[in-house]
Amino acid sequence: MTTRTVEEVVPYDDVVLRYDPVLGLEVHVELGTATKMFCACPTVFGAPPNSQTCPTCLGLPGSLPVLNGVAVESAIKIGLALNCTIATWCQFARKNYFYPDMPKNFQTSQYAEPICVDGFLEIQVETDEGLKPFRIEIERAHMEEDTGKSTHQGGSTGRIHGADYSLVDYNRAGIPLIEIVTKPIEGTGRDAPEVARAYVTALRDLLRALGVSDVKMEQGSLRCDANVSLRSSPDAPLGTRTETKNVNSLRSVEHAVRYEMTRQAARLNVGERIVQETRHWHEDTGVTTSGRSKEEAEDYRYFPEPDLPPIAPAARWVEELRAGLPELPAARRTRLMQEWGVNDFEMQSMANAGALELIESTVGAGATPSGARKWWMGELARVANDRDAELGDLPITPAEVARVESLVAEGALNDKLARQVIDGVLGGEGDPDSVVAARGLAVVSDDTSLLAAIDDAIAADPDTAEKVRGGKQAAAGALIGAVMKATRGQADAARVRELLMSRLS
Amino acid sequence: MTGHSADLTRRSAAELAALVASGDVSAVEIVGAHLDRITEVDGDVHAFLHVDTDGALASARAVDVARASGQDLGVLAGVPLALKDVMTMAGVPTTCGSRILEGWRPAYDSTVTRRLKDAGVVVLGKTNMDEFAMGSSTEHSAYGPTHNPWDLERIPGGSGGGSAAAVAAHEAPMAIGTDTGGSIRQPAAVTGTVGVKPTYGGVSRYGLVALASSLDQAGPCARSVLDAALLHSVIAGHDPLDSTSIDAPVPDVVAAAGRQDISGMRIGVVRELTGEGYQAGVQQRFDEAVTTLVGLGADVVDVSCPHFPYALAAYYLILPSEASSNLAKFDGMRFGLRVGDDGNASVEQVMSMTRATGFGDEVVRRIMLGTYALSAGYYDAFYGQAQKVRTLIARDFEAAFGVCDVLVSPTAPTTAFRLGEKLDDPLAMYLNDIATIPANLAGTPAMSIPIGLAPEDGLPVGLQIMAPAMADDRLYNVGAALEAALLAQWGAPLLDGAPALGGAAA
Repeated sequence: MTTRTVEEVVPYDDVVLRYDPVLGLEVHVELGTATKMFCACPTVFGAPPNSQTCPTCLGLPGSLPVLNGVAVESAIKIGLALNCTIATWCQFARKNYFYPDMPKNFQTSQYAEPICVDGFLEIQVETDEGLKPFRIEIERAHMEEDTGKSTHQGGSTGRIHGADYSLVDYNRAGIPLIEIVTKPIEGTGRDAPEVARAYVTALRDLLRALGVSDVKMEQGSLRCDANVSLRSSPDAPLGTRTETKNVNSLRSVEHAVRYEMTRQAARLNVGERIVQETRHWHEDTGVTTSGRSKEEAEDYRYFPEPDLPPIAPAARWVEELRAGLPELPAARRTRLMQEWGVNDFEMQSMANAGALELIESTVGAGATPSGARKWWMGELARVANDRDAELGDLPITPAEVARVESLVAEGALNDKLARQVIDGVLGGEGDPDSVVAARGLAVVSDDTSLLAAIDDAIAADPDTAEKVRGGKQAAAGALIGAVMKATRGQADAARVRELLMSRLS
Repeated sequence: MTGHSADLTRRSAAELAALVASGDVSAVEIVGAHLDRITEVDGDVHAFLHVDTDGALASARAVDVARASGQDLGVLAGVPLALKDVMTMAGVPTTCGSRILEGWRPAYDSTVTRRLKDAGVVVLGKTNMDEFAMGSSTEHSAYGPTHNPWDLERIPGGSGGGSAAAVAAHEAPMAIGTDTGGSIRQPAAVTGTVGVKPTYGGVSRYGLVALASSLDQAGPCARSVLDAALLHSVIAGHDPLDSTSIDAPVPDVVAAAGRQDISGMRIGVVRELTGEGYQAGVQQRFDEAVTTLVGLGADVVDVSCPHFPYALAAYYLILPSEASSNLAKFDGMRFGLRVGDDGNASVEQVMSMTRATGFGDEVVRRIMLGTYALSAGYYDAFYGQAQKVRTLIARDFEAAFGVCDVLVSPTAPTTAFRLGEKLDDPLAMYLNDIATIPANLAGTPAMSIPIGLAPEDGLPVGLQIMAPAMADDRLYNVGAALEAALLAQWGAPLLDGAPALGGAAA
């Protein structure tokens, strides 16, 4: 068997010159409910395999589902936040297909009657020409249950094909999921990859604000399937689409869409047709590979779930939930822009970096907005990037950042020392004050020792000192640098400059 | 075999409970008598797939200890019961009459099992059934057929032939059956016993291995209307583990079984469920029973339910559709049989081989029918249309109950047929349920009670009483009245005329 793992692609600029992309995004969100969708098993992530199971989520004979009311509530909240219509009557349906990690060999889902329909989400997309607003139309959001998780042992690919044996963990089976499906996203042109990323980001922030999910893509609590097709022009009929799965980070959403556009364009350019199929995204190599062909449409034999009565959310309940919705990201952004005095673009950068909440908490802990922003978007963003981690996952709290900033404001630390303190906190050396004490970090404010260092610097470099005396102030930098080096960075650079100038005047 | 033991197996559940409560007879003695009876006759009858001798005796001892220590006893404490093998019971094999579940011992009790245990009922063992409750003769059991105690060459009905035969053969005074299209009532009819399908949602389905979720309903099998009522009262009631369970008080069926006055009650004879296709002796006994009801002061009228003739066709689309999905979980992955796992076969191949080996022909037939009926392009024409028929049948019932308090019909069109007679003709087999299916489709309660023997073959005939949803008590009211009148006519219970069993026992 030969598999073409590396396919031809064309340069992205050529793609967007010749083709118009259309996207469709399906996002699965694992709800953060304490128990599963249809049984009382806990939903804790990372528990020992099959330790959170019961007859119902194992699909044992005779077991029956009982609907989790909190999951329905979360679904309605999501629908309301996405401007959807909440169905006055809906029901579950069985999606029938055989797979070993699906205990009943059917998934209890919703089909013809989803709980939420016809919504939209307004997003801001960063493009080469700046921020552009974009409205993503939502087709539906429906409730369903997650499957178990298979791991394939042996073989080279980690996939089921070629594996020696497979293990199934049913802890995930029955975890409540909401699937949110967009309508075809048209009119994005060359911004398609950025639109896809911005949508998933905005959705993630929305879900986080609602408190319905921990939305961790790396743990699979937020999963995106990206449908991509190309057509010759916006007036042409929709092209054949592929559905890319395993897109497990925001960056991957963007990259997978871009890759798939370049791959499809290469095929179309040489007159080949696109195969309607499921494709897998490979984070490491940055390509998609062919999965299951969907040429022969799978027949899931949906029919209404006879073990669960239909759901008819009372209008009053829905309105109560609407009234109780928290401040949503868009409103919050507008408020913070005013409170912090930042512009749209700066706000977007903070949101993109996942820093909004962190900065807000840091301000709440006493830092100035600009101070809080400086650390999170500067030093900490750099560390997060180096570590390939999310900002929020760094081992430092907003309160600790606020403390560092206050030490700088007091003059006890300069920026360079503050970075060392942060380094210590991130390294597990304790809170900022402990790091300062343990590392002996403090600005040298004793003029006598500074003057001694300045005299040493002048003596070591009389030529430069002469230039400064002659009025060439820019030359002072070299002497200040020498003093800072001699004091191991613990001097206040401004004070050093002041003392040096009076010495050489 | 002592005369005393033999006597105990002839007693009603109500009498046995009273004997235990008064301390006249121990539960261990009662259970022992029934275990002896099983040993004596079940080689011929084959009502049981598994006899839980140790568990039953331990439960009986627990009842005796509880009584001795002055604890309150349940209404049926110490009374033995036969449990259809479609109900889970922790630690006891549950096969559903299928090879695919051979060796599976569930870790949990069905809600029915738990309520039985809580009431002090002693489960003797698990009874034979058509595989996954698909059949009307118990011949589709993977473990061999059950034989009708009235004539061992004949079928005991199905799918719950084991439960009905156990009761008829005095191996147990009462049993649990499940009824998806008649699997409690038709076996009751052909074995001369009482069987009740409660209102859908009246008895929890948790732990009942599903055949067709929207039709399945567990209920009591007994030798008298009162015993059935007592058992009904123990197992019925809301269960939070079953979302289709009705959260409302259970009708007082025990009180109703004590009321024998039906004067002025309006009883409708369903025109579409008599006449052509019904065996002459069945029709004759039915007509006589209706005359008896008139004699008891009932106001008997002729009623038409015009859509009932479509019930069988609709049922054989809805049932296989749901069954094809419910039975998908039997794949060899987590429990039961696994075939072909030789280290080379793929998971799909193992699933496929397991199912091909583990399921019998009738199960395969219905899975294929259901898979087809639910397929894209056929769904509307088959499943969709069948659901519309279901609605029309429910409306027929509503209209009929607008003018009648209960409806009656023969339970089954014929008496017990010979083993093997209809095994190669599924359509003929399906016709056995023609009168019982409408109540399943509508979710309404129904009862079968014995009304005599057909003159031509001397085999039992059953009469079906149907009531509106949640009016299960009316079944018991009418059933008790008719039972008392017939007993007066006959002078002895019908089952006393059944041939003696056990002559050839080892």
